[in-house]
Amino acid sequence: MSDYLVDIKNERLSFFTPAGEVKALNDVSIHLKQGEVLGIVGESGSGKSVTAYSLMGLTAHPGKLLGGSLYFNGHQIEQLSEKEMRKIRGNEVSIIFQDPMTSLNPVYTIGNQIMEAILLHTNKTRAQAKERAKELLELVGINEPEKRLKQHPHELSGGMRQRVMIAIALACEPKLLIADEPTTALDVTIQAQILELMVELKNKLGMAIIMITHDLGVVASMCERIAVMYAGRIVEYGTAEDIFYHPKHQYTKGLIRSIPRLDTKDHERLVPIEGTPVDMLNPPKGCPFAPRCEECMKICLRQMPPVTNFGEVHYTQCWLNQKEEFETSSHEKGAADE
Amino acid sequence: MLKYVAKRILLAIVTIWAVGTLTFFLMNMVPGGPFLSEKAISPQATAALEAKYGLDKPLLQRYFTYITDALKGDFGDSLKQRGRTVMSIIKMKFPVSARVGGISVLVALCLGIPLGCIAALKRGKFLDSLISVVSTCGIAVPSFVVCTLLMYTLGVNLKLLPTMGLTSWKHYIMPVIALSFYPTAYIMRLMRSSMLDVLGQDYMRTAKAKGVAGFWILFKHAMRNAILPVVTYVGPMLAYTVTGSFVVEKIFVIPGLGGEFIGAIGGRDYTLIMGTTIFLATLIIIMNVVVDIVYKLVDPRINLK
Amino acid sequence: MKQNPLSFQLNLKPEDFLPATEEEKQSQIIMRESVGFWKDGMRRLVKNKVAMASLVIIIFVMFISFIVPMFYPYNYKEQFKGANHLAPMEYSAEEQARIDAGEKVFPHIFGTDKMGRDYAIRVMMGSRISLIVGLVATAIILVIGSIYGSVAAFFGGWVDLIMMRIVDIIYTIPDILLIVLLSFALKAPLENLKSVPGFSWVGVVGENLISIFIVFALLYWVGMARMVRSQILTLKESEYVTAARALGVKNGKIIRKHLLTNCIGTLIVTTTLQIPSSIFTESFLSFLGMGVAVPLPSLGSLASDALNGINTYPYLLFIPAALISLIILSFNLFGDGLRDAFDPKLKH
Repeated sequence: MSDYLVDIKNERLSFFTPAGEVKALNDVSIHLKQGEVLGIVGESGSGKSVTAYSLMGLTAHPGKLLGGSLYFNGHQIEQLSEKEMRKIRGNEVSIIFQDPMTSLNPVYTIGNQIMEAILLHTNKTRAQAKERAKELLELVGINEPEKRLKQHPHELSGGMRQRVMIAIALACEPKLLIADEPTTALDVTIQAQILELMVELKNKLGMAIIMITHDLGVVASMCERIAVMYAGRIVEYGTAEDIFYHPKHQYTKGLIRSIPRLDTKDHERLVPIEGTPVDMLNPPKGCPFAPRCEECMKICLRQMPPVTNFGEVHYTQCWLNQKEEFETSSHEKGAADE
Repeated sequence: MLKYVAKRILLAIVTIWAVGTLTFFLMNMVPGGPFLSEKAISPQATAALEAKYGLDKPLLQRYFTYITDALKGDFGDSLKQRGRTVMSIIKMKFPVSARVGGISVLVALCLGIPLGCIAALKRGKFLDSLISVVSTCGIAVPSFVVCTLLMYTLGVNLKLLPTMGLTSWKHYIMPVIALSFYPTAYIMRLMRSSMLDVLGQDYMRTAKAKGVAGFWILFKHAMRNAILPVVTYVGPMLAYTVTGSFVVEKIFVIPGLGGEFIGAIGGRDYTLIMGTTIFLATLIIIMNVVVDIVYKLVDPRINLK
Repeated sequence: MKQNPLSFQLNLKPEDFLPATEEEKQSQIIMRESVGFWKDGMRRLVKNKVAMASLVIIIFVMFISFIVPMFYPYNYKEQFKGANHLAPMEYSAEEQARIDAGEKVFPHIFGTDKMGRDYAIRVMMGSRISLIVGLVATAIILVIGSIYGSVAAFFGGWVDLIMMRIVDIIYTIPDILLIVLLSFALKAPLENLKSVPGFSWVGVVGENLISIFIVFALLYWVGMARMVRSQILTLKESEYVTAARALGVKNGKIIRKHLLTNCIGTLIVTTTLQIPSSIFTESFLSFLGMGVAVPLPSLGSLASDALNGINTYPYLLFIPAALISLIILSFNLFGDGLRDAFDPKLKH
């Protein structure tokens, strides 16, 4: 038994495409306790969604888990059969997808789609399931639930549909909710409402949340822990305070510099991260971020940096942090020789 | 909904009228007439016959007479088959074609839909390649080739099945295979591509994330979305198939409406041509309305205006 | 987190921690070469074995139907006395005598038909006719259909409504009726046209062939017109056209640069798939005896003629039937390959 609700250790996952092997995840480790909120940040293609999907056994077709262990709520995910996995999905762990416009089946009513999850995982009768669906709609802040149950997805706005998606996800009171960019496709005002709703529901129901996003602002407002991913690796991991106030990796620093701030002076400009993400089909030998890194050193291009720890939680993979260590250790070595 | 139905019926009447009018004038523009080929008849007798059926009157007058009669439900007598009305001929021949055609459409649906689904699910696997090859060949082989091949192998060489007529269930086998060959292949292709499209949709991932079992995902979530293109195709296809394929009826000597129609065109049996054309047009339009309504039932996003 | 001992085993040197130069950084970036839409599509097409095999078959069939008859020793109209219904590779009595006399006689590869004509050359001519009909009819359909469809889509409103109703009506009339009536109706005017100076080519091409083309031109463009219309309607609404308009791009340039380039892939694919369907229809018409006139053969009429003797001379039927299926199959497979290669939606 683990103390953690989720404990992913050294996960390696590749997509075997016709063009070649794409190493989507390289030694990814994530752990999360009951009721915690973890934010996974990174640009598109960095592997944040792949990590979460593999935890649900939803890895898309040419993808294959190559190593590591995925523990969740008493299950060893990588050893479960598809049938056992189905009992967990939508029940103990559920997910909210990015685009609420396309994530609901257009030909069925809202009620049908919410009740489907309830009927699958509980012994409730149809009438009870319908009652529960109504409760859920109220819970996610949809008025006139009776009427909404009979409506089809195309009759609702984007924000409403995302609320319905949340209702479906919460139908069986999951231990873990994965939110895959839940607000990216929504208007800014709706984004805030949905995030607020999620925080509120988390406090009420006490589930853990994995929040996948490329928006650091979203993470700052609700996550206790943050994993920064780049090219299939976690380049920095820590508490929100660690990441925002003591970032150690150049990529994290770049991300933070690129957030627009209200207190920016007129003459200051936002600093973008120059360059483009790596081609995952031909990953570089060394640190994947090195070609875009301002502080890039010769070693960075040759070798993947080891992990440097800062305290209990906070760690990073960057040669710059090794540099100080190397200098102190060689200095000590030199002193000892004398 | 009521407004929609009214509008559709009005539009249907206009279309049928246009089809009828076009056919009427085109038919009469073509040189030759129903009684010209019968050399045994003297000019006087021909004139008498033409007078009897009103063919000596000016074209426009004949047109208006035909329209008024047709509105009363009277499609006139056949010019070549003496003593029989157009309606009675259609009533006699249509059921024959409809039986063969109906069974064929049923066969095409029962084979095409599941096989298309299987191909989509096993995408890139052996079974998919096999089904794709079969269906591509199926749409490449003209029906007369299918007919003659069947005839030659099953009928003539192996003598397993009777080659002409339509008197026992055995007589149905070859015509049904020949008629359902193309639609089956076409439906398989249609179903495969639309299923592949649906399988890539986000809501399929949602269903999977809910923990819905594989079979139910397909049956409940994918099927209803993927079937729509097939519905569109099957409507008019049904209308054409039940009214009889000329090739199949000719080769297997089936007394159906398709053969009757071609015979009427060749012999300039004006009233029979008109009657059959209007009958077929009406059937196609009805099928299109049915398709629209089925569409609305399957896909709530469709707004019938 | 556990301490990482790696750093001490790596034998790091102080110079490893010197800043990397810009060139060194650049050398690490392996960019995939960026390829344009056409080049990318062509590459995918060439990789598609089935499509390439189909293309080879199409070229081969074109070769035997257009080039080979030019130096083939027999003629499609020529009848040999006493050579009726020869089996493949069989010689007539007279030919046998000539061979015995030391003369060289080209064999009848597929035998002869009931009139004593060499069947191989008739099949070649038949496939020539079928291919000509397929290609010309498709060209006609493409021109009429795309003009009609784009006019309807551009003007919209009432024009669109009336134009599409006409399409519906043509769709609803049984095509066989129109074909028969038209081919009868066109016969006399075309006969007359032949004698008009400057139109003598009508006789060369053959009235029946021309009336088949006219039938196609009048009937089968409706599918193409619908396709083009819906394509243009979607494109007209698309954001990049709105964006181009907002930037003040002139109408002509929008049509050239945005509408046409985005339409052309679908258009090419639809056209390629229309060719087999035209061949299909021609063979069907010929089979019904409404196609090209005797003595000109088409694959459909050859099959139709052979039907009566199916018990005794089945190969007379199987050869044209197999060839027509092969032609249609290759065009279909090649069209599928084109669609897979050039449809942007299927790119990944």
